[in-house]
Amino acid sequence: MVQSDFSYNSKIEGEVIVTRADAVVNWVRSHSVWPMPMGLACCAIELMAAGGSRFDISRFGMEVMRFSPRQADCMIVSGTVTYKMAEVVRRIYDQMAEPKWVVAMGACASTGGMYRSYATLQGVDNIVPVDIYISGCPPRPEALLDGMMLLQEKIRNEGGSLKRTFRGRTVETKIVS
Amino acid sequence: MDAAALTLKFPRTQSLKSIDMPTFAVANDELTEIVRYLRDTQGFDLLADLCGVDWPYRSPRFGVVLHLLSTTNKEYVRLHAACDNDAVPSVTSVHPGANWHEREAYDMFGIKFTGHPDPRRILMWESYPYHPLRKEFPLAGIEVPLPAADVAAVTGQNVEPAPMMGGPFVSHGGHMSSAEPQALDQSWNEEKPKA
Repeated sequence: MVQSDFSYNSKIEGEVIVTRADAVVNWVRSHSVWPMPMGLACCAIELMAAGGSRFDISRFGMEVMRFSPRQADCMIVSGTVTYKMAEVVRRIYDQMAEPKWVVAMGACASTGGMYRSYATLQGVDNIVPVDIYISGCPPRPEALLDGMMLLQEKIRNEGGSLKRTFRGRTVETKIVS
Repeated sequence: MDAAALTLKFPRTQSLKSIDMPTFAVANDELTEIVRYLRDTQGFDLLADLCGVDWPYRSPRFGVVLHLLSTTNKEYVRLHAACDNDAVPSVTSVHPGANWHEREAYDMFGIKFTGHPDPRRILMWESYPYHPLRKEFPLAGIEVPLPAADVAAVTGQNVEPAPMMGGPFVSHGGHMSSAEPQALDQSWNEEKPKA
């Protein structure tokens, strides 16, 4: 391996890295996202596929699917959210500890999808703030992984606050590191 | 299927024209007895389906259709019972599997099943004020509060009529044109921008 002059050289600078606490905390968070699989419809099948060996979501440190909201920090809403289920989604979201993120996976979770009807919530961002939207019906696991990498990017670049979409506008939440 | 025996035992039963299976209009108050008779003496031991029907221009307006299957004789029979004051007798005492079917018909049409052991809604929440499969109910829905008051308060979200633009897609009948199927609402589309 060629040692570049510009890279970190432990012989000169010692076994110490100087950085900002925010950067370290964000780096740690972005590589250990514990998803809460809010599997409501066929998108959940693709979510499961993303957890399998072919797509292997554990490459990004996200394989620890937690079915308890207390232990999870990223809710992946994968599927159609009905008005009857909306209450449950919101309650589970409220039970997750900050910092927490929400990924709207697929057309239904993002906008109601093809369900233009009396029973279906027209987008999960009407009841919880959403960080990432993933298009597709259902999205392939690659699309989910792409969305999760975007989420990692977002986590890495956040400086004390999170910008999310809630009820058609951007809301900002302060984060205490 | 011994239709003669059925009409002999229940004289108010009428045979209806049907292209696929023997079909009978049965008297409302005899429904349970007929289903029991068909199960015990004619071998119709499986309730394949039970659903409500809304005929807006008929009186009585609502009806219930039952499909019974004989697993020994491999044949179906269809029974149609008109509602009396929006009610029909429950057949759960004969076929326990009718329980959820009847709850669904109640939920979607408001048909009451007298003698049902658990007459709750099954799909919509208990406080929902409408019966969505009735013909006068719009597909988009009607604005009502969310079922949980605290969630409604914290989100400010109601059950809102869904936008019809962007789906569901329908063909307008007749012969197919080269155009794509259209959304029900054409108030805005590719040519006319959204107001």
